[in-house]
Amino acid sequence: MDLPHQGYRATKSRARAAPPPAGSVLFEDTSSTAPAMNSQGYYTPGYDMQGASSDMQGGPGAGNMFADPMANAAMMYGSSLANQGKDIVNKEISRFMSVNKLKYFFAVDTRYVLKKLLIIMFPYTHQDWEVRYHRDTPLPPRQDVNAPDLYIPTMAFITYILLAGMALGIQKRFSPEVLGLCASTALVWIIIEVLVLLLSLYLLTVHSDLSTFDLMAYSGYKYVGIIFTVLCGLLFGSDGYFVALAWSSCALMFFIVRSLKMKILTSISSDTMGMASSAKPQLRLYITVATAVFQPIIIYWLTSHLVR
Amino acid sequence: MALTLYALIQTAVLCTNALAVLHEERFLSKLGWGVEQGVGGFGDDPGVKAQILNLIRSVRTVMRVPLIIVNSACIVLLMLFG
Repeated sequence: MDLPHQGYRATKSRARAAPPPAGSVLFEDTSSTAPAMNSQGYYTPGYDMQGASSDMQGGPGAGNMFADPMANAAMMYGSSLANQGKDIVNKEISRFMSVNKLKYFFAVDTRYVLKKLLIIMFPYTHQDWEVRYHRDTPLPPRQDVNAPDLYIPTMAFITYILLAGMALGIQKRFSPEVLGLCASTALVWIIIEVLVLLLSLYLLTVHSDLSTFDLMAYSGYKYVGIIFTVLCGLLFGSDGYFVALAWSSCALMFFIVRSLKMKILTSISSDTMGMASSAKPQLRLYITVATAVFQPIIIYWLTSHLVR
Repeated sequence: MALTLYALIQTAVLCTNALAVLHEERFLSKLGWGVEQGVGGFGDDPGVKAQILNLIRSVRTVMRVPLIIVNSACIVLLMLFG
């Protein structure tokens, strides 16, 4: 966990003059201010406390918050406790999932989000579907429009839940439990889809670089189509719902097939180059097509009860 | 169909139990799915059947003790809370 810290500080100290080294490609600062961050710079909640406590430790009596020295001591103790707790939580979390890998998926900006939404809803004119690499690591979404991200799926999921609540409210079938039920149903379907995809990729020994987060990203992109479908259903009635369903199904199927084709079908199989294994490309094609066909089914399943 | 997270956990426990009760001698070997048939050629590509057999064997080995704990917890909870 030390390397991203150093890369981050190095970027900061050079003030974005030269291209940053490969380790810190993610953390190029696009904001205009360059605050003087301390060593745990991007854990922002603790920043103020640390600044305040270091001030109090540095100058004797310079800028004391309270007149009562007991309160000062208590505040310093509390802030050090909070820092310890924060360190422990970070250590535990980084044992289960790599936080750095997660940060890669949230390194987005507005231009990327707009372009990606356009590609999801209208993928037919997009030419180049290759995910670009930078010295063996994939480029973050900020610099490569084909890279999967987790920002759009997360936001789309939350928007879908809110839209579902609104749709049910319009039909006068709303109650707070229904919202939680809708959220957990959608979440369970995502988990099922990711698990089935992981299982099938494992069984067919497809050595692609699709990680769990990549699969979560690709199966979360359908929520953009779902939102579009529900909106059209609410605005234009049942006909609009079916038209939008057909449109977003086709667009999503095309998008998934083109995106996964690069990663699954052309991945380096462990076969020798000589054997033209005829079974393998077929099975991989089946996986890609099955994933694509699953999208319209789940879109219909998750939205039909919202638009009667 | 309202799927809750609890239903997912139940499904996972039931499926893992189902994989864990497949007995090696009495059942899998008779079916031609024993451990010795799993590791086929030591070439590059295991193949689907070998992967499935590997998966079943590893689930049996790894999840035996956690399954005991989880099943006992489920039994106690179901007895107490119905």
